Amino acid sequence: MDPRTLTKINDYCWEIPQTGDMNVPGRIFASEKLIVEMDEKVREQVKNVACLPGIQTASMAMPDAHWGYGFPIGGVAAFDPDEGGIISMGGVGFDISCGVRTMKTGLMKEEVLPRLERLVDQFYNRVPAGVGSEGLIKLGAAQIDEMLLGGAEWAVKKGYGVKEDLEYIEEHGRVDGADPSQVSETAKKRQYREMGTLGSGNHYLEVQFVDEIYDEQAGQAMGLRKGSVVVSVHCGSRGLGHQIGTDYLRSLANAAQRFKLPIKDRELASAPITSPEGRSYYGAMSAGINCALANRQIITHLVREIFIGVFPEGRVTMLYDISHNTCKVETHAVRGKKKRLFVHRKGATRAFGPGQVDLPPEYRHIGQPVLIGGTMGTSSYILAGTEQGMEVAFGSACHGAGRAMSRTQAKKQWHGRDVVRQLEGQGILLRGHSYSGIAEEAPGSYKDVADVVDAAHFAGLARKVARVRPLACVKG
Amino acid sequence: MRILRSEDRWSVGIRPDAETRGQGDKGLTVQYETFEHQADIGIRGFGTTVDEAFANAAAALYSVMVDITRVEQKEFRGVNVTADDKEQLLVEWLNALLAVSDIERMVFSKFEVRIEENRLAGTAWGEHLDRGKHRANVEVKGATYHMLGVRQENGRYVAQCVVDV
Repeated sequence: MDPRTLTKINDYCWEIPQTGDMNVPGRIFASEKLIVEMDEKVREQVKNVACLPGIQTASMAMPDAHWGYGFPIGGVAAFDPDEGGIISMGGVGFDISCGVRTMKTGLMKEEVLPRLERLVDQFYNRVPAGVGSEGLIKLGAAQIDEMLLGGAEWAVKKGYGVKEDLEYIEEHGRVDGADPSQVSETAKKRQYREMGTLGSGNHYLEVQFVDEIYDEQAGQAMGLRKGSVVVSVHCGSRGLGHQIGTDYLRSLANAAQRFKLPIKDRELASAPITSPEGRSYYGAMSAGINCALANRQIITHLVREIFIGVFPEGRVTMLYDISHNTCKVETHAVRGKKKRLFVHRKGATRAFGPGQVDLPPEYRHIGQPVLIGGTMGTSSYILAGTEQGMEVAFGSACHGAGRAMSRTQAKKQWHGRDVVRQLEGQGILLRGHSYSGIAEEAPGSYKDVADVVDAAHFAGLARKVARVRPLACVKG
Repeated sequence: MRILRSEDRWSVGIRPDAETRGQGDKGLTVQYETFEHQADIGIRGFGTTVDEAFANAAAALYSVMVDITRVEQKEFRGVNVTADDKEQLLVEWLNALLAVSDIERMVFSKFEVRIEENRLAGTAWGEHLDRGKHRANVEVKGATYHMLGVRQENGRYVAQCVVDV
């Protein structure tokens, strides 16, 4: 994208002026360098979203924005139901509530290294991952509905994890508004055997250590110091979420036509929030969020069991759990007035600033932890939400690095085995369920996450707290 | 969605032992292919008829997930879908197959499609997933409307879309 075609608000905020059918301007939070690298299609998609009814303030793109389906990946938009606002499947995506959860281990890098290989082999063997993997628990029709209503809270009641875990999950591990009756039988059946599975593609389970602290006070509140070992998991709502996406892509695409919504792209599949179709999607999508939260909770239980088996001296506690692909009802100020809005974050995370009641007491003064995943060879970052982010971006930040090259190109460029050897040379143990999958996820096929994180920091969306580097990674 | 199984063979509407279409050598050099997309991957099927292009698009879909040359045609499943137009029908067909694969832990390598107006009856032959044997690669979350198209090009039909992985 040519920065000269945008209105520069400041070094890290660029505006697409409101023209034509746009109800609000577009706003991209990125450095000039990231703007130059950004796909021209992002502009088109940001503008398309700006045309949707009831949109508030601006159609936004986070620093890692790239060409998505309907919304750009890294797209954020909030809609007011009282102003004809819509809810869009294209603003959430197929992997509902795909997210990152980071757990602390109570141990330092030097303590973990001697038994790291044993740990990662057990993670690889015992945490179900990869194409067609099955979870350790099987659910029937009645239990699926309980799970969809209860989320991580349901999982804890079933014995997966402890009650304290729930405090460190957005909305305490369970979103209100889930309506299992709006989830198709096909979607439920797809989940019978998939609880507690990681999935494939860019999903992972990683052992990491803190190698840099940028904000001592926030680091301390999160219980992090240089050398601390953490375990992070990236996964989503599995087959159930994918099927909800599939079902509602069609029904909302048709609803958009019926309501004669000014839709520029079929993938923006939308319906008015207050319409039966809109309410139905909100109920199903919220159930999908609970499914993802329950899924990550079961994996947490497995991680804890395995970790303590290898390191009885350790203690696995939650740092935080964030979700990427969601639409949530939140209260935000628009032109000084508090409004109840439906905030879509597609490939973007919630990043609440200090003072929000949803945060656990020890984070309330520093802001919500924002976990940004890097690639398996580089680093990931932990940030904290800011007041400025609440004001300019409905409390949202970026979610990851974004791909720099296609999967096909990556496979041509690297062999999975070479990637494993190369990372081993850097002291990173890698276990994968598919060599070609590893090649597709080679570190070089992603953009530099550091640029994206710096842009989020300087744009004021979230501030840098710590950088973590991988010690071992299991790919789905 | 009702999945038709091997034992329901006559209710599928297509005789499973009928001449295979879409996989046989009809002088076409390429029956299906994948194409590049920044974050995900595109799939494309070719055919002398729309039916054949849809069948080959399904082969392209499964080629993203596994090595389909290693998938034996031991069992079949049938799906029926409807849609408002041909493009949506392609997405519905592919997504119906993905649901069957997930629910039954199956992968497929041979497909047959019959389209009448905006109704599609399809059959897929394959077997239960064996990750080692089939060289499983990556799951597909869904077929999307992205770069979706069903069109005639140089005398043959092309059916394509981007799939979310």
